Amino acid sequence: MSTVNSTGMQFGIFTVGDVTTDPTNDTTPTEHQRIKNILTIAQKVEEVGMEVFALGEHHNPPFVPSSPTTMLGYIAAKTERLILSTATTLITTNDPVKIAEDYAMLQHVADGRVDLMMGRGNTGPVYPWFGKDIRDGIPLAIENYALLQRLWREDFVNWEGKFRSPLQGFQSTPRPLDGVAPFVWHGSIRSPEIAEQAAYYGDGFFANNIFWPKEHYMRLIGYYRQRFEHYGHGKAEEAIVGLGGQAFMAKNSQDAVKQFRPYFDNAPVYGHGPTMEDFTEQTPLTVGSPQQVIDRYAGMREFYGDYQRQLFLMDHAGLPLKTVLEQLDILGEEVIPVLRKEFAKDRPANVPDGPTHEALVAKRDAALVASESEPAEVAS
Amino acid sequence: MTTRKIAVIAAGLSQPSSTRLLADRLADATTRQLQDLGVDAEVTILELRDTAQDVVNNLMTGFPSPKLEAAIDTVTNADALIAVTPIFTTSYSGLFKSFIDVLDPASLTDMPVLIAATGGSERHSLALDYAMRPLFTYLHAQVVTTSVYAASSDWGSNGDATSGALPDRIERAARELAALAAVSDRSSRIVDPFALPAGFSPVGGYGAQ
Repeated sequence: MSTVNSTGMQFGIFTVGDVTTDPTNDTTPTEHQRIKNILTIAQKVEEVGMEVFALGEHHNPPFVPSSPTTMLGYIAAKTERLILSTATTLITTNDPVKIAEDYAMLQHVADGRVDLMMGRGNTGPVYPWFGKDIRDGIPLAIENYALLQRLWREDFVNWEGKFRSPLQGFQSTPRPLDGVAPFVWHGSIRSPEIAEQAAYYGDGFFANNIFWPKEHYMRLIGYYRQRFEHYGHGKAEEAIVGLGGQAFMAKNSQDAVKQFRPYFDNAPVYGHGPTMEDFTEQTPLTVGSPQQVIDRYAGMREFYGDYQRQLFLMDHAGLPLKTVLEQLDILGEEVIPVLRKEFAKDRPANVPDGPTHEALVAKRDAALVASESEPAEVAS
Repeated sequence: MTTRKIAVIAAGLSQPSSTRLLADRLADATTRQLQDLGVDAEVTILELRDTAQDVVNNLMTGFPSPKLEAAIDTVTNADALIAVTPIFTTSYSGLFKSFIDVLDPASLTDMPVLIAATGGSERHSLALDYAMRPLFTYLHAQVVTTSVYAASSDWGSNGDATSGALPDRIERAARELAALAAVSDRSSRIVDPFALPAGFSPVGGYGAQ
């Protein structure tokens, strides 16, 4: 099923890749099963007409995706239109040189269907395991990304920083596809420094939006939009915003509640804490009929402004593969077509579409033409 | 007449509790002492048991419910704080500490604080000085010199010559807190949640320009 994105919004799935026991039958998938399931889910995302699949990066059980480009490379070969992304790529503990090369390579393999989301990671021991100090989290994210930017944009880089060995005349390889770096989102839960960084570069800002109340993210996104304009990338409403979300659906809302409750009650992060009723009221988690999910998510732009990308977390907490695939069918068939129409209503013409490689290449080419048509400077 | 906001935390678990009883006495005494200084007191008393479930949920999810957020704002935006806990197993109660744990660690900086506790036996009175006081010192609060410990027996005794009876100790502690509260401007401060650290650069300081 091919879908033309006519609204400018991109929809997709992001996964943390947890291996969690199914609380309803006490079975736990093996790492191998879970990895294969993630690959199956990613292909399903394209099949049901969504645009994006984003994979987390973790280096501690119970999470399996330690090597995102390996998995995304496989998915690239199995899909035709799907944009492959991350949620998130650890800009703190990965060497930016390796990120530059891995994702430029993936760009070539996937014919440009690649972008990334930078994150700092929230697992303390990962920093020392990779030779870093968690107290340097923000400075690492700032410096490593500054280097990554240059590696993708300059053919030969001389570099000296605080956190890695210097580079002299280094060329990362391969060069980005068509000479255009992958689009980058910056994800943050609470740090204004990261919103500032995203705004400075004119990059996207992604609010995970899953675990916290919307008021918090409204402030953070509002700040990012304001700073995006400050740095001269366009008006505040032209900034590139992505949101996370979470849903579980059944035809009758009471069936959804009944079916999802054991998974909610035992889920990593919020399980054994607040009631599902409190959590669905206080966060974007929506458990109910497809119409309830439509109503909830169609309302998001009232809080955050018109935005570019909506990702859903659908495959965690031990939900079996069959259930996840059914959920994706409901999402693709009943929810997203309606959301596309809702988001297209009264969407101002200057609000950008979700980022694609083709659009970035076209923008670069247009800028080149514009600069060539300006009168040449007279040499003195 | 100027007004100062006084927040009172009472971490007692029963209702009514002697912890709340002590909290009320301290709040009343502080209000009187402030009036003597020409300042009105606006007192808000928070019984932590009302938000106990919310505190646990916050520990697990990382965010407060609207009800708990309102309680946290009351505490952190006050001009002065009266913190009263029962002493359980040699220290402040778990609920009291859990509430402190969900606060932003910088949110009590400069806060004038009166610490007080209740217990079954006089023998736990030093818990105020080895547990409560270092807790608030760590948070950069200004803890007044006199702390008030009320054992069950204190509610019916005349005390001793050096420390006085419970009402004397309450009055002395309230006087110390009122002196700091009267000149506190914490409740009228505007905090920018997006303030970037001094010297922050979005490209870093090393070779990135």
